[in-house]
Amino acid sequence: MYLLTYDHSVEGFFSAVFEAYERKLKNVVIRKQGLPMVLFTDGMRRVSTNPRKAERVYVKLKALMGELGIQKIIYSLLTEEELCEGYIFDVIKYALANPKVNVMKDMSHPSVLKLAQYTKSVHREKHRMEAFVRFKLTCDDIYYADIEPDFNVLPIIAKHFKSRYQDQKWLIFDQKRSYGIYYDLYKLEIIQMKFNRQYNREEGLEMLKKDEPLYQSLWRTYYAQTNIRLRKNMRLHLLHVPKRYWKYLTEKIPEY
Amino acid sequence: MNFERITEKLSILADAAKYDVSCASSGSKRNNKDKGLGNATGMGICHSYTEDGRCVSLLKILLTNVCIFDCAYCVTRKSNDIKRAAFTVQEVVDLTINFYRRNYIEGLFLSSGIFKSADTTMERLVQVAKKLRLEENFNGYIHLKSIPGASDELMHEAGLYADRLSVNLELPTEEGLKLLAPDKNRQDMIDPMNFVKNEILVYNDEKKRFKKTPKFAPGGQSTQMIIGATPETDLQIIHTANHFYKDFNLKRVYYSGYVPVANDSRLPSLQSQVPMLRENRLYQADWLMRFYGFKADEILDPKQPFLELDVDPKLGWALRNLHFFPINIQNADIEMILRIPGVGIKSAWKIIGGRKFSKLNADHLKKMGVALNRAKHFISFSNSLQNLQTLHHQNLKEIILKTINSKYEEHYQPQLALF
Ligand code: SF4
Repeated sequence: MYLLTYDHSVEGFFSAVFEAYERKLKNVVIRKQGLPMVLFTDGMRRVSTNPRKAERVYVKLKALMGELGIQKIIYSLLTEEELCEGYIFDVIKYALANPKVNVMKDMSHPSVLKLAQYTKSVHREKHRMEAFVRFKLTCDDIYYADIEPDFNVLPIIAKHFKSRYQDQKWLIFDQKRSYGIYYDLYKLEIIQMKFNRQYNREEGLEMLKKDEPLYQSLWRTYYAQTNIRLRKNMRLHLLHVPKRYWKYLTEKIPEY
Repeated sequence: MNFERITEKLSILADAAKYDVSCASSGSKRNNKDKGLGNATGMGICHSYTEDGRCVSLLKILLTNVCIFDCAYCVTRKSNDIKRAAFTVQEVVDLTINFYRRNYIEGLFLSSGIFKSADTTMERLVQVAKKLRLEENFNGYIHLKSIPGASDELMHEAGLYADRLSVNLELPTEEGLKLLAPDKNRQDMIDPMNFVKNEILVYNDEKKRFKKTPKFAPGGQSTQMIIGATPETDLQIIHTANHFYKDFNLKRVYYSGYVPVANDSRLPSLQSQVPMLRENRLYQADWLMRFYGFKADEILDPKQPFLELDVDPKLGWALRNLHFFPINIQNADIEMILRIPGVGIKSAWKIIGGRKFSKLNADHLKKMGVALNRAKHFISFSNSLQNLQTLHHQNLKEIILKTINSKYEEHYQPQLALF
């Protein structure tokens, strides 16, 4: 077996795929850098990310499996799962070996099916984040939100927020992965920040616009009033809003 | 802003609006124009869920709960001794904008008690929508309630600014309405619905010729019926729904299990349960009509005018029509695949795609999301006869029921005990 490692980026992964074919390597395994070592006999290589090579792979795959197919590959990478590259590479090999058909439609192929499942999970998380982001208006007139999604979906939700909130500055920050996306009324920008200690709610209050806590409180009032107690169904409720998301949901956080 | 006063109003007017079950923000595409605020993506997003498990997508409030009518099933009815409140137009606009900017909601669903006349009320609702669109450049979702009896001119204006309009039929039949809402008459509800339907047709026609025709209620119309307040059968309900889907091009019919709000001899008692399972079965039947190609009289017939509570309507149909089965998964048409219990729309299409590549077996189907515990009795595979023995088993229903865990089981048990 031959091990290729890459830098966790989509471009890095495509560069690795390129090298696997360029060097005609047999039994290739592609893994993220920095993961625990596995025993390999035929050697290993740290692939350096190369936009030109990545682009060629991207174009080729898109021609073979269409927009939706390539989207499945990218979504699967966003799961950040340790073994996802194995299934993805498997599908890529399958596609390259069968250029006449769109193999993504072959749901009887285990790796194709796996990618469909990954895509579904990432898609659901994307949808959830588009729903669960809760902006707070800060003193400097930026609508700010923290998130901690299960998968790395920030890059694929930014577009939604950009088309919706065009006349307000906003920043969505992924606390788990320590980066955010900022919209300055013109363009999107990636922002890296390290918070050096745990988030403190009372201190955070000083950063907020005066009316902000009032609107949060109105939202909580609304949320409580719109519930019909006679129909209470917590099982269904938790299915839709699992507890791990409550941390940043205004309606689930007690009043200041 | 007098924050305490607004909180009190919001509290009263959200509470009064919550019995309208519709909260959908789907079916309308509206782009964010000129760098304004908001858009409607066509999909609709549930931003949260209440503890009763319902989607929170829109700020759903009444403009006022002052009402001159006395509909027995409604908390807002004139004779009910409750606190009354009213928002100003500007207050509703401010709340909507501020909630929307924080990504709490997809938009506004505004309804109202009839506080003076139908037209005065409708006019005020239209003002809110107009202000949001023209002054705030708000492109999020707006659903306005059409007030029965409102004039055509007002309905026309409403359609220019709202994404969706709805008139609640309230009760599935005219007799029910006469009994519980003597101030209302069905024709007053149907007139604005008819007007809006025709305007939408005119709009669709004009759009083909002039690209710039202003939008008119792009999300269409919907309505709601209260279930279980009056003795209508499911057959009557389904036929009413079917009639409105067909003749009024409605996007959705909502079924709202009656939540007891009044001590009135015409109504189920205050202690009665909300008929949630029945409501769920009606929604399932509704889906079968809209997406699975079933006709109303296939789902129910006069001999059996109520939906079975222990099996879903699709399984019920299959059990009554065993002669259509087993269905060969490898070559049956999509229409028939859709009729297999346990096969949803998505898995049906996966079957169609996957069978081009290989002969499908039970394992494939399972991975495609098919509920095999139900489906397996109704399917035949190309090269095996495995499950055929059970299909004509006289206890097939019991065999299947043992393998299903209904999410409504908890509700189902106590209801059974009543028989
Ligand atoms: S007119 Fe509407 S708000 Fe007034 S009592 Fe009847 S249903 Fe309730």
